[in-house]
Amino acid sequence: MGKAIINGIQIDFSEGTTILDAAKKVHINIPTLCKHEDVKASAACGICVVKLNNSSKMLRACCTPIEEGMNIITHDPEIVSIRRTVLELILSNHPNDCLKCGRNNNCELQELVADFGIRDEDFEKIVSDLPKDETTKAIVLEPSKCIKCGRCVEVCQETQNVWALSFLDRGVETRISPAGDIKLADSPCVRCGQCSAHCPTGAIFEQDNTKEVWNALEDQDKHCVVQIAPAVRVAVGEGFGLKPGVNLTRKLYALLRRLGFKAVFDTNFSADLTIMEEASEFIQRFVYKKGPLPLITTCCPSWVDFMEKFNTDMIEHFSSAKSPQEMLGAMAKTYYPQKKDIDPAKVVVVSIMPCTAKKYEISRSRDMFASGFQDTDIVLTTRELIRMIKQAGIDFINLPDEDPDHIMGDYTGAGVIFGATGGVMEAALRTAYSFITKKNLEKVEFLDVRGLKGIKETSVTIEGAEVKIAVAHGLSNVDYVINKIRKAKENNEPLPYHFVEVMACPGGCIGGGGQPYGVTDEVRNARIKGIYQDDEGQQIRYSHENPFIKKIYSEFLGSPLSEKAHHLLHTKYLPRPEYRK
Amino acid sequence: MQSTLKSLDEIKREKSHGQSRNWIRVGLSSCGIAAGAKEVFDTLKDEIEKRNLDISLSQSGCAGMCYAEPLVEVGIEGQAPKVYGRVDRNKAVSIIADYIQNRRITSPELEKEVITTSSKQIRLVLRNCGVIDPEDIKDYILHDGYQALKNVLEKYKPEDVTNELKISGLKGRGGGGFPTWMKWNFAKSIRSDEKFIICNGDEGDPGAYMDRSVLEGDPHSVLEGMMIAGYTVGASKGFLYIRAEYPLAVERIQMAIDQAYQYGLLGKNILGKGFNFDLGIRLGAGAFVCGEETALIASIEGKRGCPVPRPPFPSVKGLWGKPTVINNVETLANIPVIFTKGGAWFSKIGSETSKGTKVFALTGKVRNSGLVEVPMGITLREIVFEIGGGAAEGKKVKAIQTGGPSGGVIPEQYFDTPVDYENLQKLGSIMGSGGMIVMDEDDCMVDIAKFYLGFCVEESCGKCAPCRIGGTQMLTLLKNISEGKSKEEDLVRLKRIALAMQKASLCGLGQTAANPVLSTIKYFGEEYKMHIKDKRCTSGKCVSLFFFEVIKEKCRKCSLCQRNCPVGAVLGNKDEGFRIDQVKCIKCGQCFQACKFDAIKR
Repeated sequence: MGKAIINGIQIDFSEGTTILDAAKKVHINIPTLCKHEDVKASAACGICVVKLNNSSKMLRACCTPIEEGMNIITHDPEIVSIRRTVLELILSNHPNDCLKCGRNNNCELQELVADFGIRDEDFEKIVSDLPKDETTKAIVLEPSKCIKCGRCVEVCQETQNVWALSFLDRGVETRISPAGDIKLADSPCVRCGQCSAHCPTGAIFEQDNTKEVWNALEDQDKHCVVQIAPAVRVAVGEGFGLKPGVNLTRKLYALLRRLGFKAVFDTNFSADLTIMEEASEFIQRFVYKKGPLPLITTCCPSWVDFMEKFNTDMIEHFSSAKSPQEMLGAMAKTYYPQKKDIDPAKVVVVSIMPCTAKKYEISRSRDMFASGFQDTDIVLTTRELIRMIKQAGIDFINLPDEDPDHIMGDYTGAGVIFGATGGVMEAALRTAYSFITKKNLEKVEFLDVRGLKGIKETSVTIEGAEVKIAVAHGLSNVDYVINKIRKAKENNEPLPYHFVEVMACPGGCIGGGGQPYGVTDEVRNARIKGIYQDDEGQQIRYSHENPFIKKIYSEFLGSPLSEKAHHLLHTKYLPRPEYRK
Repeated sequence: MQSTLKSLDEIKREKSHGQSRNWIRVGLSSCGIAAGAKEVFDTLKDEIEKRNLDISLSQSGCAGMCYAEPLVEVGIEGQAPKVYGRVDRNKAVSIIADYIQNRRITSPELEKEVITTSSKQIRLVLRNCGVIDPEDIKDYILHDGYQALKNVLEKYKPEDVTNELKISGLKGRGGGGFPTWMKWNFAKSIRSDEKFIICNGDEGDPGAYMDRSVLEGDPHSVLEGMMIAGYTVGASKGFLYIRAEYPLAVERIQMAIDQAYQYGLLGKNILGKGFNFDLGIRLGAGAFVCGEETALIASIEGKRGCPVPRPPFPSVKGLWGKPTVINNVETLANIPVIFTKGGAWFSKIGSETSKGTKVFALTGKVRNSGLVEVPMGITLREIVFEIGGGAAEGKKVKAIQTGGPSGGVIPEQYFDTPVDYENLQKLGSIMGSGGMIVMDEDDCMVDIAKFYLGFCVEESCGKCAPCRIGGTQMLTLLKNISEGKSKEEDLVRLKRIALAMQKASLCGLGQTAANPVLSTIKYFGEEYKMHIKDKRCTSGKCVSLFFFEVIKEKCRKCSLCQRNCPVGAVLGNKDEGFRIDQVKCIKCGQCFQACKFDAIKR
């Protein structure tokens, strides 16, 4: 602890606190364009300058630790004027595309320029004419709008350990790009979209597929159905001024019907289905020793892509169960039309996801066409859905609550927790425990796997056998877990884990790359809370007790891991090159 | 392979034994080699061998008189050694011939080329440059090399070293001017399993080559400085970060490292005192910003060479997160001097606030361009006129640029200012690493500002907005001024951006990049106004802003202008007289140069 003065006000601080964070204590939000809570300060933008009262030198508040006895001034006419000049310089290097920019009304640069009341452009416009990169079909890179804050590079390299994005060239030619100026789709990019979630401007954003959805809805010949991922319901409200974590599941059902979908399903239902398959697969490997351990979850397409590129030796450990999105897609084009007696060729499956990688997943391999058609047709991120709602003019948050289409809409508490880190593991353990012991848990929650700690290791005893588990989120946390497995295998040592869950994005899907902007740990925690509250409120909290799951097996799939289930609900993985070409 | 671990005295005795009392040294640094010194060396060698003469011929580093390369120094028993400049193959032959005939050199032709150095110079850093053979560790040892290291290991505790340095008053010579003892002290006081010493040899200022000369001419003095630093702070590994454009420096440093290992001066248990130290070279890939210490560290770590915020300073958290001392080449080359002659002795040289000497690369429009080493506190006038010999015949010195692209331009009326860190800063320039470029009346200050700013814009790493965009915007404004496309408000714009760059740039490059612009505006404001308002550049550098015209009254109709014009832009004939077609004219200035009657104006 130390003492310092900010704007004449005495403050106490703990060691290592930056001036930026300390200033918040005295109700000063020092403006910045590059600092984001999730990434270490890069000190790139130069907006957050402050000074000490005995020096004319300016310091960057974002990265300067406050020191004992400092007397800091965070704003005076000179500081404001320097910030303004820097901001004008940044603006001179940025296209005036606001009206048609994906970040219009939601752009940190735009907001700051508005706050500074910049009315004229005093400097010559120097804007690069680098082309857009839309090759991933999931995220779009528009380098001309980049202000070089470095957040995307930092999350791509440090948080996600993917290293698809880096800075190339220097000086005013500096640009974000995959190494060697190749296209993003040819780079190691796993489409997690964390870059887009952290970009302060419109330089990286999700590929917009809303038009395709409108077109499909307009087409009288099509039968449009929709599914909502677990994490969407606790974040979509943020687009309408609600706090993170408010659960709008039943309003979403109402909304999607009003947008014109013929049936509204819930990905939580297929999450229950995933658990049936994955828990059964785990039991096969753990109890009956059929197949290698540990079993690693595969619901996250970025993680799958990451593994296929960087950890190909782990392929045999991957659960063959498809993700809930893909399972629902396959059912919506087989089971559903059969029940409804409609032509599956006419069914269009739209899914609302917190994730940009889900756009990639729908065509990642031939297994995604198990129904004979593309199982899932169009993926919208939460951000795109928010835009669609606004385009339609629907007063979303005041809609009445409605039910989903029960056939594939009702879910258990186990299904909804898929949206948070640790959720898949917890849901699978609940069912696996029951399958093995033929009885339910005394306490359904597994608190050790919850929360934002990057790597969570624990164990559970099922009928005297210890199940060692690990949960990792944020791809940079994967190495630790995978290397432990690798080392044990190489040395023929006892396995460090039997069951591993990985989600690419920090916090899991609630922190996905397609969620509303402004994610911080506070936001993640609020969304997670919303998810677990949903779980607690459910009468049924075990996937295998979902009556509609039981029904789909009895009417259509037979049993978990049946031949039909294998055909429709499981997939294979192949090594992919980190760089194509 | 030499047997290792001989005592320094033994090596000294060995080296001095059997050396001829007659000797010839040829400066074989990059500057000498470029001027043909290698041929001269080979010629001398052939001649000596052919005639089987008792003369020891050796190579040495740059003696600093670059304007007169190739340089040959001749020492004949019983006579004061003489330095001959501009020696070519023929002169080399005649040196030998003259010597054989007369046992001394008498040729008047050679006598003309004898170079004398100004007594204003004091050579501490360059003490061995041009004297010893940089490729022979024994020659360094013979000249008291590694004596300082021996002293330190035998007599100094680490805190004694920093105290002695404190007494010496040595400040960093790389540009920052930070007290060296403090830097070492920070790193020393931090507990860590590993610490590093880095020599910053990424010299990149236009026109500056002090560090190259030291690396090429006296590599061991830098190594010795690093070892003493290593012992003091508790580091056992060091890196020399040298730009790849200095191949000879790299080669000689590598040779020096190899020889130091051979002689047990690197590696384990150095001089039997239980001190371990290893050294390696890392090459800079040609980015100026990598001279900035945090960018340099990033580069060694294999990352993009971009500065990172300080604190933490490298002495606390540097290379791979470990405490790291980064000193520049010249700073390190001072260390052995301080620990042979003492800090108090050192502190007697120089000014009140800046101690010791400074090496400058004196270039530009000056007769004796080269490396000069002068005590701090000497005036600019002494450097430019007494050492440098002033401007060329008939030209007037206008200003001097110091401190490289981060420095400023100082006009002639301030030349009586004593040179030290503080004074130069007061004048709006900096000491920098030691570039000094003299300008005469033919130099346009807008053009000069554009050149230096252009350099920084080119070399900006692009990380922080004020430097990346501010520099580019300023350059655009300067270009407009030099092309007559500017308005008076542009000066306000320039100053506004400059202030933002100074205050809000992350590293020294951006913070100082505007200095050449600001100092030229400050001292040569009229010249800017002439460009902006009158659209005129009297120096004849800004091609858009001047045109050649024949002054009728002065013209003698000789037609020399017409005959010299490469594009046929001079119209007329000997009867009617001449005029210049402004559309055709390419402003090459041939007519202006050719006219013997000053009848062409621009």
